[in-house]
Amino acid sequence: MFWSTKATEMCLQQTNLICFCPFMQRSLDAETKKQMEEDEKRIISDEHWYLDLPELKEKESFIIEERSFHPCEDFLYGRMSFKGFNPEVEKLMVQMNSKADAEDVVEEGKMDVDITDEEMAQRYESLVKSIQKKFAKKRDQKVLDEDENQNVKSSKMKKTFLKPQD
Amino acid sequence: MGSVRVEEAVGQVVLPGDVLLIPSQSPDAPLSLSGAQQTSRIKVVCGPGLLRRGDDLQVCKCGLLKHRDPAVYWVDSQQKRYVPVKGDHIIGIVTTKSGDVFKVDIGGSEQASLSFLAFEGATKKNRPNVKVGDLVYGQFIVANKDMEPELVCIDSSGKANGMGVIGQDGFMFKVSLGLVRKLLTPQNDIIQEMMNIYPLEIVIGMNGRIWTKAKTIQQTLIVANLLEACEYLTGTQRKNVFARFADNVV
Repeated sequence: MFWSTKATEMCLQQTNLICFCPFMQRSLDAETKKQMEEDEKRIISDEHWYLDLPELKEKESFIIEERSFHPCEDFLYGRMSFKGFNPEVEKLMVQMNSKADAEDVVEEGKMDVDITDEEMAQRYESLVKSIQKKFAKKRDQKVLDEDENQNVKSSKMKKTFLKPQD
Repeated sequence: MGSVRVEEAVGQVVLPGDVLLIPSQSPDAPLSLSGAQQTSRIKVVCGPGLLRRGDDLQVCKCGLLKHRDPAVYWVDSQQKRYVPVKGDHIIGIVTTKSGDVFKVDIGGSEQASLSFLAFEGATKKNRPNVKVGDLVYGQFIVANKDMEPELVCIDSSGKANGMGVIGQDGFMFKVSLGLVRKLLTPQNDIIQEMMNIYPLEIVIGMNGRIWTKAKTIQQTLIVANLLEACEYLTGTQRKNVFARFADNVV
């Protein structure tokens, strides 16, 4: 009796194992199939692709690192000449050392202009016309001229035979 | 010293490792809801000798902490080792001439390269007359710890502006970087006093090299010795020395 029960148990185990073998898949009942699919889905859900880390925030840094002394101290120009030893360098010194001051002035105030914007626009208007004339063909040029003079010229141009008076 | 507020440390000696705290916001600033709190905080510039450490500054060189408005901090330290920095004007010595580039000794850890086209008016046909051993006054356009430094002798508009090969004769010597900075600060006493001695010319490189030239060799050497001595002279001592030369030589 005891022997026989052990034998049947072993038999059941073996059949179970065989059931999971790939070549026996078709014989799996629908329920176990469903369960296996669900298991798979659960593993690869959306959360699967996210790291479980605290959110990284980009912080604005208020500190700028600077490796140069130049922005810290306004250095003079490195070439110097005194008492007229090298006039070229002395000219450069004045130019380079005044640069820093000059830049500030320009930034503060409006730039000085010799020609106003309106003048510039007028100038361009005439320039466009004269250039247009240059590139136009002869026939077009006539039209342009006519347009300009609003047909005053055309009336003049029409030559008719004048009968000589007796 | 540990960690102190930046304002308290200005003008004091700071040591590597010290942490300088930047006040997050002045307490009497008006509160606002429209995000103005962020803009009200000014940008802090930490110059040489300081590193950014989170929201605070960490000192990495010993010296005096200096401050300039609005919020520029740096450490004024004494050192002789030059580390190339982009934009610095330096005096270099041409060591080799290899094809299109010159190798220039700048007193740093590595030689800098200087293209033969980086001179005013230089073209492929019209090569600049630079020989090995010449002194050049140039500016760094590439200088970082991972790359070979690169010099140029023209500015962005192609002008020399005093850069290029420094003329013949003259005398070059080395001083500490601190003295060079002292000489280059506007309205500094040393240069003001130097102006009154006799006609002379100086070229000061940020790498600690100074080139001088005067009418005679003797005068040139006097200037060189004076400048070298300035490193260790007090203000009154220096005045005495300069006064002596102002009277005698001219």
